[in-house]
Amino acid sequence: MTDAPALTCEIALGDRGVELRIEIEAGETVAVLGPNGAGKSTLLSTIAGTLRPDRGSARLGTETLFDLDTGGRGSWSQPHARGIALLAQDALLFPHLTVTENVAFGPRSRGVPRRAAREAALRWLDEVGAREYAGRKPAQLSGGQAQRISVARALAAEPRLLLLDEPMAALDVTMVPPVRQMLRRVLADRTSIIVTHDVLDALLLADRVVVLEDGGVAEEGPTAEVLAQPRSAFGASIADVNLWTGTATADGVRSAGGVEMHGVAHAAVVPGHPAIAAFAPRAVALYLEAPVGSPRNVIPARVRELEPRGATVRVHVAGPGGAELSAEVTAAALAELGLVPGTEVVAVVKATEVTTYPA
Amino acid sequence: MAAVLALIGGLNACGGDGDDGDSTAAGSEEVTLTVFAAASLTSTFTELGERFESENEGVSVEFNFAGSSDLVAQIQNGSPADVFASADEKNMQKATDDDLVEGEPTLFAANTLQIVTAPGNPKGIEGFEDLAAEDITLVICAPEVPCGAATKEVEESSGITLSPASEESAVTDVLAKVTSGEADAGLVYVTDAVGAGDAVESISFPEAADAVNDYPIAVLAGSEHGDMAQRFVDFVLGPTGREVLGEAGFVQSE
Amino acid sequence: MRSSQYSGLPAWVYVPAAAGAAFVLLPLLALMARVDWSQFISLITSESSVAALRLSLVTASISTVACVVLGVPMAVVLARTRFAGQSVLRSLVLLPMVLPPVVGGIALLYTFGRRGLLGEHLEVVGLQIAFSTVAVVIAQTFVSLPFLVVSLEGTLRTAGRRYDIVAATLGAKPTTVLRRVTLPLVLPGLASGAILAFARALGEFGATITFAGSLQGVTRTLPLEIYLQREVDPDAAVALSLVLVVVAVLVIGLVRGSRGQM
Repeated sequence: MTDAPALTCEIALGDRGVELRIEIEAGETVAVLGPNGAGKSTLLSTIAGTLRPDRGSARLGTETLFDLDTGGRGSWSQPHARGIALLAQDALLFPHLTVTENVAFGPRSRGVPRRAAREAALRWLDEVGAREYAGRKPAQLSGGQAQRISVARALAAEPRLLLLDEPMAALDVTMVPPVRQMLRRVLADRTSIIVTHDVLDALLLADRVVVLEDGGVAEEGPTAEVLAQPRSAFGASIADVNLWTGTATADGVRSAGGVEMHGVAHAAVVPGHPAIAAFAPRAVALYLEAPVGSPRNVIPARVRELEPRGATVRVHVAGPGGAELSAEVTAAALAELGLVPGTEVVAVVKATEVTTYPA
Repeated sequence: MAAVLALIGGLNACGGDGDDGDSTAAGSEEVTLTVFAAASLTSTFTELGERFESENEGVSVEFNFAGSSDLVAQIQNGSPADVFASADEKNMQKATDDDLVEGEPTLFAANTLQIVTAPGNPKGIEGFEDLAAEDITLVICAPEVPCGAATKEVEESSGITLSPASEESAVTDVLAKVTSGEADAGLVYVTDAVGAGDAVESISFPEAADAVNDYPIAVLAGSEHGDMAQRFVDFVLGPTGREVLGEAGFVQSE
Repeated sequence: MRSSQYSGLPAWVYVPAAAGAAFVLLPLLALMARVDWSQFISLITSESSVAALRLSLVTASISTVACVVLGVPMAVVLARTRFAGQSVLRSLVLLPMVLPPVVGGIALLYTFGRRGLLGEHLEVVGLQIAFSTVAVVIAQTFVSLPFLVVSLEGTLRTAGRRYDIVAATLGAKPTTVLRRVTLPLVLPGLASGAILAFARALGEFGATITFAGSLQGVTRTLPLEIYLQREVDPDAAVALSLVLVVVAVLVIGLVRGSRGQM
């Protein structure tokens, strides 16, 4: 998609306490993160045109979406004229139409003849791997199937901007990775905004992250940068996960430093391809010496930093090849082990709590 | 359900207490007469009832005004009543056929048709034949009800066929359509025209004599105060009755 | 054997519930008991009865169409927009539902009657509504409209705006959204609303007799015919009442059927 437009948007909504500015480059995917009530959905609704801000302006490519002065007067184009598709948590397939009719809805609304619209719909169903459901009614679909079709429906409308409002939040956990893979493919060259709570969405789908807090932008930057060194409270909380990037193996991910993290691989993981392993600090235990028995993930590391977090302490350690890990350790255990920056430790990660994803 | 009945009973008792008949001579204890009378008799019989009460100490008269056919149905279903005054002989006949009447019914008044128009008679209607004109919006009673039956009789005897815009099931509906201006003219009973006062202009016409509606009255067989009921009937037939009925537009039955 | 779910109801609830059901059903049974079955067919096929039934079905159908044409936009506006005085307007629009029909008839008389607000002007151009079948349709539409609006507005609110918004972001113009998404989704509510409106129109009496008059084949609908027959031929009135009951039962069955699809 070479003609993807850029978006600039600056809005203020007094009653919702939202005042922010966001810019998205042509073809870029931005993940919007933030706690509930931070203004994420308000931002999407305003861009989509289903909510009119008190004042502000937005441009998509060369087209003005709205330009409203303080009194709320000015130009404002209607949602259907904006070329912006909105994907929500629920697939919201029109229950009275078949899958094909759902996907053909956008082209039909644009005035595409019935037959051509139907062909386009089938093409998009192929694209999301849902051709086999073409004749079904939405009630006969699972959540994951419905969401795939909902993506096909949005894309069939040929939007210039795609808005995704937690598109995977309502899915069964086992359905999330394949849908995410599909979105990854679809969003690659599109200008899009994805609102999410899941750090993996940000990592795998977005080029850049914007963190909203209290109706404003708290921080923004390239995804890896924000996750590595979060400056906002929410950024920190969402970054509180160990990510082990590298190449997929039979049952884990081998880092650039050559250390393999064994885990539970998702079906979509292909050995030899880039992959990512994710696990919580809780799943990491620290020892002064390698423990007896045969834990599968034993990684020699050095304590880099101690970070008190209420009753527990986050111990950040550096592994081979610069791999970073953080472990959740109780204050009592910390004292018993006598950990200080520089202490040599052994990090043990429970393989059952490690999940690997294609990256 | 019992509670509701008791409540209704209580209300009735209250109604009975209304007139303070400090009981006089022995035997003339308090009597309550229940009179079922046609709706068209509402004003005249209410007045006659009051006069009768003032002339007969210890007697109170209660009325049930409704359409004659409704009244007969109620009497047939066992409603306790002492006197029945019907607006037509047909409904009285139903009561006599069922042996519900004591003795013979007596005709006490008659009613004839009259034309009513809006005040000032804008269409200049003078007689029955004018009603058949094309540009007159005419409202009459349906042939199924007494005033409509009388209208039909006049039509047949005069040979003039009316084409009404509506055939109402009640005289009040005919009057309402004339007073509201929806209709140019209507055919109602003289008494109804008199009752409507200045809201309408009344025009008598000779053909009306072909359809005189007689009002019969009778003591009912189920009455527990037969003597007093007969006295009320006699009172209606007597000079006071003639006077009150006459003022309302009724004529004497032949 | 069908499995059944635990109702969780206290046993005593069945007593007033049964009494309530009997209270509704007994009068219907009483009506049926009074029907002179040997005469039934001839009573309901008399010229005046057939004319009244025909007129009732025709006018109620036209009124239902009028209710849909006027009521759907009303319901959509009430359910989907917010404006000052909306709740007051909603109450006022629903007024005919709680108003005694005769009051509605009088109000219509002063609107469409010869000397009425609009009727005066219609009279000038040669249109007279009073005493015409049009008046019957107006009276029926007036009393039935709120039933459709209430039913449909409720369904629209329950359905929510989410599908409408999705449709709009897919590029559908407001008219397309209304036609292809909003209305198809509330079709069951629209159908039951229309059926309720039809039933109300079929039973309309007070406003009709006050406003439209009563003439066989023109304005005398079935309820008016029943009222008139009561005067002369109670058996015919009872037979016609039963016909109306049967039609009403069929209508309720249709409503339940359309609700069941939801």
